[in-house]
Amino acid sequence: MSQAVVGKKYGIEQTEVSAIQRMQRVKIARLVDDNDKKPMVGRIKGVEITVPIVYGSISFWLGKKAAESTHKWTTYVRSATNEDLSVLIKKVVFQLHPSFEKPTRTADAAPFELSESGWGEFEIGITIYFHPDVGEKPMELFHHLKLYADDETIPQTTKKPVVVESYDEIVLSDPMEASFGRLRNHPAVRVTGNPPSQLALPVGENSLERRGCDTKDHALAQWFLKHSETEDMNSLTAVRQQVYAAAAKLKKDLGSLEGEILRIRATTR
Amino acid sequence: MGDAMDILGLMKLGDRGSVESRKTPKDVVKKPDGVHREVYALTGGLPPIMPTLDPASTKKRPAPTKKISWQWLSFSTTARTDNLQLYHWVQVMDGLQPSGDYAFAKYNKGVNGVRYTDEEYNQLLVDPNWSREETDRLFDMCEQFDLRFIIIADRFSSPCTIEELKHRYYSAAKSIIQARAGPNDDLSEHAFFKVIAEARRITETRLKAKDIEEAQVSTRPARHVDTTPTSPTFSSTTGDISFLPVPVTVACTTSVQVTPVHISSSAPPSTPVLTPAPASGSAAPPSVGPRPPRVYLRGAWLTQQIHFVVSPSGVRTAKRVDQILEEYRVQSKPNVPTATVCAEHLELRRELLNLLQLQKQVQYKETELAILRDNPCAGSSATPNTPKRFHRGLENERVSTRATPAAAESEDFPGSGERVTKREYKRKALARFQETPTSPPYHKRGRKLKGSES
Repeated sequence: MSQAVVGKKYGIEQTEVSAIQRMQRVKIARLVDDNDKKPMVGRIKGVEITVPIVYGSISFWLGKKAAESTHKWTTYVRSATNEDLSVLIKKVVFQLHPSFEKPTRTADAAPFELSESGWGEFEIGITIYFHPDVGEKPMELFHHLKLYADDETIPQTTKKPVVVESYDEIVLSDPMEASFGRLRNHPAVRVTGNPPSQLALPVGENSLERRGCDTKDHALAQWFLKHSETEDMNSLTAVRQQVYAAAAKLKKDLGSLEGEILRIRATTR
Repeated sequence: MGDAMDILGLMKLGDRGSVESRKTPKDVVKKPDGVHREVYALTGGLPPIMPTLDPASTKKRPAPTKKISWQWLSFSTTARTDNLQLYHWVQVMDGLQPSGDYAFAKYNKGVNGVRYTDEEYNQLLVDPNWSREETDRLFDMCEQFDLRFIIIADRFSSPCTIEELKHRYYSAAKSIIQARAGPNDDLSEHAFFKVIAEARRITETRLKAKDIEEAQVSTRPARHVDTTPTSPTFSSTTGDISFLPVPVTVACTTSVQVTPVHISSSAPPSTPVLTPAPASGSAAPPSVGPRPPRVYLRGAWLTQQIHFVVSPSGVRTAKRVDQILEEYRVQSKPNVPTATVCAEHLELRRELLNLLQLQKQVQYKETELAILRDNPCAGSSATPNTPKRFHRGLENERVSTRATPAAAESEDFPGSGERVTKREYKRKALARFQETPTSPPYHKRGRKLKGSES
């Protein structure tokens, strides 16, 4: 039974009846290691799905009167454009420091976040589990929880939190057909490539999923950082320009030196 | 308590018993004649199989028949021309003194030098760098010191290098011999010509070895240099390029806004190189080695790609690339790793590698040029006694600003006639050639030097 097979592979509870139904319609490729040959069964070649995400933490100081837990923090995984990620992500498991009670916390629904209170900074292990019809292994990230600001001269305040966010992009190359239909038109997702038009892919299947929520109106949305590629691009292109110019100059020097050498050799021989 | 008993009481009894028994088994080994006891014990107390040295044979041999005495006598040698009388101990047998030349005179081999006449000088040997007096002096010293150029260079009046002296002497001698020789003489047999030919042969093999090395060096970066900006050849092979228009337009829009025209012309050809790589699973182009996993984080994937691209060049160049990036305040890992940013970053690293390799090549060429200049001519200007050394500093300066002074100095280069030592060939540093008139110690060209380019 494919249901049981999938369950054994991913170790997740099978609550998604709709996903399973869709799975049974399409052949599922057996998962092999990432770097081995990829069986292309049920996959759409030449297409790449990019989902920009932001993961990180926001931490509030609880004030002077706080007891042992001096900070209240929230760690989360959200879409870079604050869209709903539940179209792709089934659940996110946060692995906390062992000193926490039940250090493995799961967020089964959007928003994929976890709030806790504590006093210590540590590395949080974030594991993103995709929906079964995406057909991929869970993805692991790490985020260092930061409670204290870098600038020690400014006294702590309960009003402004310490926010650390990392931008990255989940890239699915050659995605599974099953999930592709659902993903392709989602605002959180960017599709690059040429999806074959002859595939009868259902469009806009959101009705089958439970309505997720996006983080646009999140309570902490005001603290979210902006991540724009322009700064990186600017610096990169500027440096590339200089390197290009330096290389061109060196090539010219090389040419003239060569010429000089040949000239001298010609005269002395 | 039992221990104490053991130690004190019972032990004593036991000791006595053992002491008595100890005497019996081990007899004192009888000392044989002529050999010490300890030596005998070395062989395990048994007589050796091979006969040892017969003591009888160590006795004095029969006295020599002749009567030998030693005398303090004077001697003369044909190696000296000044009739100096020296004394030494000589073994005198039966009252006869040793005959024959001084034993070591046969080692006094000299060199047959040439000497020019005034006519010959005026005809053949006039040289702008060498005055008549200097040439005279040189030839005198060559005769005096048997062509030991090290000594001659030391004592020569004007500061000349050994190579310059040698060159002058041998070329002058060559001209003289050629002029004097008749048409029948075989000149190549003359010792001088052999020396000259030998010297030429050595320099040529040295240059050839460098050429070969350089050819190897230059073929390696050629792959890096040429593929990226000019040849999207593999785009024709993979069928997956149909999605190219999308990333290309993205790259175009961002780059046109930011940079001048020539960069945007290079950006589109380069992004098609990279976007097929992460996207297409089945037809990965050969220039990108690692296969992208099916689902990955772009930041992590970029790190893998960087490692694949940079690490073949070695740890040092990788560190150098990182250093340059740091100087330019570019993060090793971009903050916002979108597809275009990652592509740009990777391209930048590739170009930096290329730049470093170009610099190395320029260095090689410049040193080669220096050698060539030293060989043929005897120094265009008055050169100092000690060979000048290159002074390199690794400093935290911008690449672009350094490129211009490096270019300017390479223009000045030909006029200076510098000398290079072998170790500098191996330097991979981002270097600036500079003259140091005070010729500081060689190790001063350390990396930590800042502000030395004054």
